[in-house]
Parts: sequence; C-alpha cells; structure tokens
Amino acid sequence: MSAEQPDSQWPLWEVFVQEKTGDPHEHAGSLHAPDGELALQAARDVYARRGPVVSLWVVESEHIVSTTPADSPSFLEPGPEKIYRHPRFYTGPRSTKNTARKK
Amino acid sequence: MDDAGREERFQARIDAGERIEPKDWMPDAYRRQLVRMMSQHAHSEVVGMLPEGNWITRAPSLRRKQILLAKVQDEAGHGLYLYSAVETLGVSREELIDELLAGRAKYSSIFNYPTLSWADMGAIGWLVDGAAILNQTMLTKCSYGPYARAMVRICKEERFHEKQGFEIMAVLAAGTPAQRAMAQSALDRWWWPTLMMFGPPDGESTHNDQLMRWRVKQKSNDELRQWFVDLTVPQAQQIGLAIPDPELRFDEASGHWLTGPIDWDEFWRVVRGGGTCNRDRLEARQRAHDDGRWVREAAEAYAKKHRT
Repeated sequence: MSAEQPDSQWPLWEVFVQEKTGDPHEHAGSLHAPDGELALQAARDVYARRGPVVSLWVVESEHIVSTTPADSPSFLEPGPEKIYRHPRFYTGPRSTKNTARKK
Repeated sequence: MDDAGREERFQARIDAGERIEPKDWMPDAYRRQLVRMMSQHAHSEVVGMLPEGNWITRAPSLRRKQILLAKVQDEAGHGLYLYSAVETLGVSREELIDELLAGRAKYSSIFNYPTLSWADMGAIGWLVDGAAILNQTMLTKCSYGPYARAMVRICKEERFHEKQGFEIMAVLAAGTPAQRAMAQSALDRWWWPTLMMFGPPDGESTHNDQLMRWRVKQKSNDELRQWFVDLTVPQAQQIGLAIPDPELRFDEASGHWLTGPIDWDEFWRVVRGGGTCNRDRLEARQRAHDDGRWVREAAEAYAKKHRT
C-alpha cells in the first residue's frame, strides 16, 4: 500500500450502542477502520466517550442488507385486510377489566 | 416519474415534516447544498481544535487541563460524526480532507483569529460554542436525517463546552484586576467575530431562502444572531463584563437587545484568507495529517496480516 493511499479506502463500519442492559442496541453512527478490532476501539473512543454504554456492536456496512425506498412501500405493506392483528378489531363487553393490561 | 414530478413530491414530503434519508431521491441542488454545508461544518470542528490546542500545555491547573483536553477530543469526534454524515451523500472523506488541505474548502472564519491569553479559552467556550449550539440546536430539526441525528449527538455533548467557558470567564471576572482585564480583553476581541459566525445578514445571504424552503434551516442568520445576543448580554452583565458595543441597547418594544452595525468588511476579509491565522491553521492540519501517516499505514499492515 502506498503512502498516498487514503484512510477512506478502509471499510466503513456501522456502530450500535446499548445504553443499559435490556435496551436494544441502537445505531449510533459510522466510522472507517481497517479491521473489527480497531473499529471497536474507535467506536469506544467516539461513540462511548461518555456513559452510559454497556455494549457496543460494529458491523461492516457492506454486510447490511436493507430495503430501498423504491421497493419498500409494497414490501412493507402492512396488509390492511389483516386488521384482526390489532386489538381494536375486537369487540367485547367494555366493562370487563382486562387483567393483562397495564394499569 | 419525471424530475419535476419528483421534485414536487420531494417538497411535499418536506412540507409534511418527513425526514429525507440517504437512499431517497433528492434534487441535485439539495444534495449539493448539504455537502457544502455539512463539509464546512465538519472542517470547522477539526480546525476548531487548533486555537484551543494552543493552550492545553499552559492550562492554569490540572482540572482546567483535563477539561480542555476532553473538549478538544470532543471536537475531533464531532468532525468524525459530520464527515460520516456527509459520506452518506456519496462523497468520500478523503475528497473532503483533500479539499481542506488544498485550501479550497471553507471552515468557520472564527478559527482564523489567534488565542492570545488563557481568558480566550473562556471566551471561545462561552461565546463561540454558545453560538454554535444555537445553530446546531436548530439543525437537530434539519430535513436530512443523518445531519439531524449527528446534531442531536453533538448538542448533547457540547453543552459542557459552553458551561466550562462561562465558568472560566466568571472566575477571571471575579479575580484580581489583571485577571479581570484579561477576561474583558478576551470578550472585546471575540464578541464581534462571534456575531459574524451566523453568516451575512439575511438580505445578503445567498442560500438562506432555499435552505429554509427545504427545512435544512428553520431560522435565518439574523434570527439566530438575535437569539444569541439576547441570551448573552444578560450573562455578561451577570459576571460584570462589558459588551464592546457603545450602541448596544435594550429595545422595550421588541424585547430584544439591539447591537450596533457589524463590520462585514472584516468578515469578508477573513473569509477570503486575510485573517491572522488562516495560513497557520492549514499548515498545522497538513502537519498533523503527515505526522499521522505512519499510524494509518501500521494499522493497515496489521489488518492485512490478520486477514491472510
């Protein structure tokens, strides 16, 4: 590799941060790094400089498979005919308290 | 769909308060404006480390030194958030850094002023970071998702920058006559350049209207400047320092502090490279880039060895 080879030839990594146990890992941002070990260290320095962070994930951006804006409307169509998936679909005596519902 | 139809649909999404994400269709002009704005912002974070880096070794106590180090480290991180966000628009970080080092990219002119005394660390935190926070708070609502998200992160971190600066100023202002004079001199030198940070007045700002229509910005340069003045004048009064503006007055009718005229000739002179430190700053960046080369090469060689 020549001295002129730029940093951004390094792969791009996406960083996910978990703020406390039980929380989901959330996307925090991205960075360039030559390998996973350095990506994790850089993620620590950049995205976990102030707590609270209990866990970090890094994944090479090219490994993420995602929908595209063009195909997502039909792909993500929730199926309005399947309204029985929502509690609103059901009728029942209103007066009965559902014990499973949060107070 | 033809381009006109797409553009109409794009504007409708913006008007409905939707956020635009990297893979969404966007007009070329929107992409170009964002690359311009976000890359200047990224460069400003990076060049912004230099005036303060100047004082790390001469901080008056270990406490102040730790704080200043942490603040400068934050600015480096903020540069990284922003470069990553610009990269989502299809520009590489390498291109952006090349533009900066070649002297073709702009960054905030405020960093072309010298930091002459310790009190300047106070003035920069209080005024320069204070001004930046207002602009960045507005940008957390920006229509471009990655930019807005970077701003949320930056605003959260930057709050202490402003606070530590105001604390430095308050301590000096309450100190010996010499310390007090040092604080006043810093305010005298940084006040007007800070007001210029918000950019040219609304009538002369070339990008303002379009950026507002796209909801990249929600406030004009003058509105942001006024917001800053109204917040800062009472703070100066609180610590007993004088704003260096003989025409400054409180306008009962509007409820605003009104300043005297800003010297826009000075602003344009510094933007065009005539500031005290323009050349110094770029040389320091170039040196840091060159001195870090062996680290980048070593990391690359190590990664390569472990891949095979």
